[in-house]
Amino acid sequence: MATEFHNLQELRQSASLANKVFIQRDYSEGTTCKFQTKFPSELETRIERSLFEDTVKTLNNYYAEAEKIGGQSYLEGCLACATAYLIFLCIETRYEKVLKKIAKYIQEQNEKIYAPRGLLITDPIERGMRVVEISIYEDRGSSGSSSSSSSVSGSTTR
Amino acid sequence: MAAPSHPPAPARAEEERQRRRRRKWQVFPGKNRFYCDGRVIVARKSGVMPLTLGLILITSGLFFVFDCPFLVQHLTVCVPFIGGVLFVFVLITLLQTTLSDPGIMPRATPDEAADIEKQIDESGSTSHQSPPRTREVVINGQLVKLKYCPTCKMFRPPRTSHCRVCDNCVERFDHHCPWVGNCVGKRNYRFFYSFIVFLSFHTAFIFGCVTTHLALRAQGGKGLVFALQESPGSAVELVVCFFSVWSIVGLSGFHTYLVASNRTTNEDIKGSWSAKTGGEPVTNPYSHRNVCKNCCSILCGPMPPSLIDRRGFLPEDECVQTGGKDMELPVVSTKTEINVCAQGTKGLLESAARSPLLSSSCPQGKPHSCPDNHLTVLPHPAPQSANIQPAPPGSSAPHRTKTHNSPPQRTKTHGSPPQRTKTHSSPPQRTKTHSSKRRKHTETHTSNSGLEDIAPPTSVDPERQRHKHHRHHNRSKTQRH
Repeated sequence: MATEFHNLQELRQSASLANKVFIQRDYSEGTTCKFQTKFPSELETRIERSLFEDTVKTLNNYYAEAEKIGGQSYLEGCLACATAYLIFLCIETRYEKVLKKIAKYIQEQNEKIYAPRGLLITDPIERGMRVVEISIYEDRGSSGSSSSSSSVSGSTTR
Repeated sequence: MAAPSHPPAPARAEEERQRRRRRKWQVFPGKNRFYCDGRVIVARKSGVMPLTLGLILITSGLFFVFDCPFLVQHLTVCVPFIGGVLFVFVLITLLQTTLSDPGIMPRATPDEAADIEKQIDESGSTSHQSPPRTREVVINGQLVKLKYCPTCKMFRPPRTSHCRVCDNCVERFDHHCPWVGNCVGKRNYRFFYSFIVFLSFHTAFIFGCVTTHLALRAQGGKGLVFALQESPGSAVELVVCFFSVWSIVGLSGFHTYLVASNRTTNEDIKGSWSAKTGGEPVTNPYSHRNVCKNCCSILCGPMPPSLIDRRGFLPEDECVQTGGKDMELPVVSTKTEINVCAQGTKGLLESAARSPLLSSSCPQGKPHSCPDNHLTVLPHPAPQSANIQPAPPGSSAPHRTKTHNSPPQRTKTHGSPPQRTKTHSSPPQRTKTHSSKRRKHTETHTSNSGLEDIAPPTSVDPERQRHKHHRHHNRSKTQRH
């Protein structure tokens, strides 16, 4: 743990926020939450396209699961109506459960894939589900458009 | 996170720090009020919601006092039971409609706003067809224009509209209803719909019971006057319910039509999905083409989360949202670095992100200077807009907008929650009579041009008061997109 702490502190001390990329929503299928999988040009030197696309596709799948209209959501809806929607005060809805899964997934992706490459994904829920914000960090020590960040093992055992 | 200077007890210092930290609702820029430490949200202008509540309580109270004893004696004991259940449902759904987040879209962060500005500038030089501040998307084969919201500094998602009364962009914006004192949007539409449906049944039930009661009393040649003298409360109920039933049942019918065709009041008034004369055919891209599926998706679909995170704590060194006022920002960057090991990894990375973010996202100058001065994130800082008002936690005097032409207080507005007054409508033959119903409705409407528009709040479902307003339907048609 101590080693990782120092590495992360090193990352923080040696990296500075250089830019932010915003992955916009894809509305081609309606208002359901889905993000564009188009690979932004700013990330070309930072991360492999396939990794990025995998992340976005997995996020899209999670959101599709949360917003799926099917048997379970109807049951939830009917039960809620029968109790004058008071049930929303008591139980955690399926959407909220999926949001927790998403938060965990994003954290895991940050630890394993993005932080070692000097990137950081912000959970879309913190941006009103409008964008996936990816922060790009650059090594403070290097000048100009260096793309290196300090080598960090990445994952912390929790 | 314990303070680095030697506190008497780290836990106590941590508690103090937690208490000093502000929650996001305290700096919320929209015109809302918050209670119970951010758990409850209402529009700042409560409209005529107290009147709505008062009418329901008084009428129901009179019903239980004057009519129920007689009817229990002469008819059945189910009467107060059914009335009670309906009354409880009406109250609960009304309170949920009023006190919940309708689907407010948080404003863009300064970085996001800057990125959008950059995109607009870039596309402005090349775009030739559409106005610079619109974005075109194809949704299920239908071309839809997304407008830029100057207040929230973002392109509004489809079906999102900016409510002038609440100064928020609301997802799936239906209308702003002064009768419930809140916007009706994605998150509380099902509460609103349930409210008007239960209220229809409730008023119809009371009306029926009062009529039965008076008829029974007037039997044997005693006459109606005698019956009213015996039970004066029933007279009040009769008047209230007689006028309410028509408008509320009509409104329920109208919204049933909207639900079945997956439209919002906003879209319906603007005629967004009605066939244009001479233009290309338009269809509603959001409809599932199946009445049942539309109903189920709107009323029984998954409950979307609130996006504004009222009770979250503000990161201590971050200005929230675009154009936030100067906040008291304690010097924390060095402290957070040292105490970072106590947080989870996400917190570490996030705090790493936020400390440098601060100096770029708060261009207005802060009481302290952030150590990270070598950032060059934003080409131009997010402009301060003068219309950001954090909602004070205390209550201000509610505006009783009994007239629905409340004067606009700001010139910089956009989005138009349309104003509609329903005076009379028949629930069946919805599609056929809909256009004729529109003619009956008199309303003031300024269409949403996406730019600075002034629109009075929507009035839906007057119980008794009928307000005639001039309709600008033609204007809305020509400005339809």
